[in-house]
Amino acid sequence: MSRENHSGQPATAAPLPQVPAIELRGISKAFGPVQANRDIDLSVARGTIHGIVGENGAGKSTLMSILYGFYRADRGEILISGARAEIADSRAAIRAGIGMVFQHFKLVPNFTVLENVILGAEEGARLAPSLARARAELGRLARDYELEVDPDAVVETLSVGHQQRVEILKALYRQADILILDEPTGVLTPAEADHLFRILKGLARQGKTVILITHKLREIMEVTERVSVMRRGEMVATLTTAETSPEKIAELMVGRKVLLRVEKAPARPGAVALAAEGLQVVDPGGVERLRGVSFALRAGEILGIAGVAGNGQSELLEVLAGIRPAEGRLSIAGAPVALGGPGADGQARRAAGLAHVPEDRQNLGLIMDFAAWENVALGYHHAAEYQANALFMANGALRADTADKMARFDVRPPNPDLPARAFSGGNQQKIVVAREIDRAPKVLIVGQPTRGVDIGAIEFIHQRIVALRDAGSAILLVSVELDEILSLADRILVMFDGRIMGERAAGATDERDLGLMMAGVA
Amino acid sequence: MALGAHLGRAGAVMDLATLIQILDSTLRLATPLLLACLAGLFSERAGVFDIGLEGKMLIAAFAAGAAAAVTGSVWLGLIAGIGASLALSAVHGVASIGFRGNQLISGVAINFLAAGLTGLIGQRWFGLGGRTPQLPEGARFGPITLPFAETLAGVPVLGPVWAELISGHTLLVYVALAAVPASWWVLYRTRFGLRLRAVGENPAAVDTAGISVARLRFGAILIAGLLCGIAGAYLATGLVAGFVKDMTAGRGFIALAALVFAKWRPWQALGACLLFGLLEAVANRYQNIEIGDFIVPVQVMQAAPYVLTVVILAGFVGRAIPPRAGGEPYVKER
Repeated sequence: MSRENHSGQPATAAPLPQVPAIELRGISKAFGPVQANRDIDLSVARGTIHGIVGENGAGKSTLMSILYGFYRADRGEILISGARAEIADSRAAIRAGIGMVFQHFKLVPNFTVLENVILGAEEGARLAPSLARARAELGRLARDYELEVDPDAVVETLSVGHQQRVEILKALYRQADILILDEPTGVLTPAEADHLFRILKGLARQGKTVILITHKLREIMEVTERVSVMRRGEMVATLTTAETSPEKIAELMVGRKVLLRVEKAPARPGAVALAAEGLQVVDPGGVERLRGVSFALRAGEILGIAGVAGNGQSELLEVLAGIRPAEGRLSIAGAPVALGGPGADGQARRAAGLAHVPEDRQNLGLIMDFAAWENVALGYHHAAEYQANALFMANGALRADTADKMARFDVRPPNPDLPARAFSGGNQQKIVVAREIDRAPKVLIVGQPTRGVDIGAIEFIHQRIVALRDAGSAILLVSVELDEILSLADRILVMFDGRIMGERAAGATDERDLGLMMAGVA
Repeated sequence: MALGAHLGRAGAVMDLATLIQILDSTLRLATPLLLACLAGLFSERAGVFDIGLEGKMLIAAFAAGAAAAVTGSVWLGLIAGIGASLALSAVHGVASIGFRGNQLISGVAINFLAAGLTGLIGQRWFGLGGRTPQLPEGARFGPITLPFAETLAGVPVLGPVWAELISGHTLLVYVALAAVPASWWVLYRTRFGLRLRAVGENPAAVDTAGISVARLRFGAILIAGLLCGIAGAYLATGLVAGFVKDMTAGRGFIALAALVFAKWRPWQALGACLLFGLLEAVANRYQNIEIGDFIVPVQVMQAAPYVLTVVILAGFVGRAIPPRAGGEPYVKER
């Protein structure tokens, strides 16, 4: 809001340049009946790091897509350094000095760093002069901004953190003055994230303007000078970061008070509910994904598995869920279960008392075109209460059961006949969670329970997981969100390169400690 | 055969003249494959599968043969061939890029269309059962004698190799050979090539760099059309003197196999096409090969290029990683 915009100017900062680096006035954009952006005003001062937060579907992505020329706004204007800019396409955005680092990198995997950097910014029809110039320029940028990366390395061989640097280099090579980063830390280790923030701060010091889109409030507090909050397509506030708090921002995002911390009593671990010994997985490409993973999970506790995405957590979940064969030994409630061949499938696991909330709910958890009630039956369609007789299913009973689950798990809209894809990410996840939790499984394995889920739903899902623990279930939680692991788990294992790097009690560790293990430093 | 070519003795029996003849014929037979293979290379490197190489070559062969027969000019024939092939390329582009249709289906449709059209129109125009009339000199490409061919002819080995193997082909053979380094240079040393390879691997990277994915892919498809047009014209006005119904005989598909074999790289494409050309040349020359008392029937040799195609496609070439965005119409995210 413009009022808050102006009243919030930090008086302490050095005399700010009068003209904002970028200013939006009354930007509106509708997709059919959905108003994705409504009358957005935003003003970002030159040389600052400005955060934009909001839940999924709040309109952040649409706004940034308008800035980068993917969409034209229905109304409103964009001013770059005070001058009105028409941003019809990405080329125009680049010309206006806007650089974008997407959440999913836009790199050509089998090109070298240099080739990726010059792509689209070549001078002349022959490549050689451009490559030479880019090589020199990259050297300079590396020195100026801590952006070291081997110019001749093939991008797919680089770590995710380095690939992100290539994206930043691409923008800087195109003389971007305004750098927009969309959820940049989702795939980084804490150490890589810290490095990124150092880079961003260095860029801001040298007069570049950085817009950081994130849902991690900790990052907002750590690096931004100002923060704008979006809710339901509107810009609800722009605040000076130093004068606000994560609770205040979360409240603005959701529109009501939110508990950021999970309230839970100390765990009372019971008997071993799930025991894994020496789990090994070699994928069809010959790559070892799990290299001897062993752990024991007890009833009444939440065991968190932390790690950067791609270090074997997904494979571990699939092995436990019975959908990927493995070597080793596994038992549920003391009874051995098969890891390959007959008996190693989801049905057998469910029979043994294990429920699974998969990481990829849209591909593994739901059938997007099925109605909610059909999705609720998936995997449990043999349950006695869903059978009308030997031949037919009791669809009426199923619908009623689904309506009941939807009410208790706060799924909105509570309509069992809507297809899964008609629900928001958070509500889709609630449907999956309701299906898996409601039968009080002995063991629940959960992958990324709150990925793409908004804050209000996160709070709800976390509460249900804790309630299930308190009812005596054993819970294995795999998440790449350290905050989530730290606040939910009672005990934490860190995975790196297919191995367990170490174990910590949740109260006796912090992000630095876990971050080192996540990076493979024992 | 007079040579009595016993496979085990073939090396000993075969003299230099025979070898040169086989290699000479290899070169001629490899030419349409090579042009089509490079056409596929441009298209697929840009992320557009092109199984319509066969159809484009066929319609180009017909158009070239027909135009040359009617006008008596080989050049008008070449232009007509290229034009016909480009027209089908444009159809493929509109269907698979403009309307984001399925690239394989569009390619299949082009093959059917070409096979049907050439037969039908050929019969209607010339009434020769789908053939075009035999082309007289001037309406087809004649051999070009390279400099020094006469002077060097007397020099042992080098002389015959230069005079009979290297020299004496039609213009289009040299065009095909020159297209290999030219393609390599364009793909790896120019801005256009960089963008073309990028759009076949990750079109989103190209799009966010502010470059039109559709325009790049269309450009690549038109290059493919041009090369297929030359390949088709060569079949009807260079390799033989006139169009014959279904004369491409699966060469478009063999070119695709060669493309996989070459792992989508120009120099390797030359090697792969020469190998297929050699097989065809050997099959043409040695109708029956005796191994001991057993006579390998002629059909076995004639089938060899096709059998090799199957073997290669079945994955005997090791891991061939196609361009990652191949076959996927590009839809902008968000």
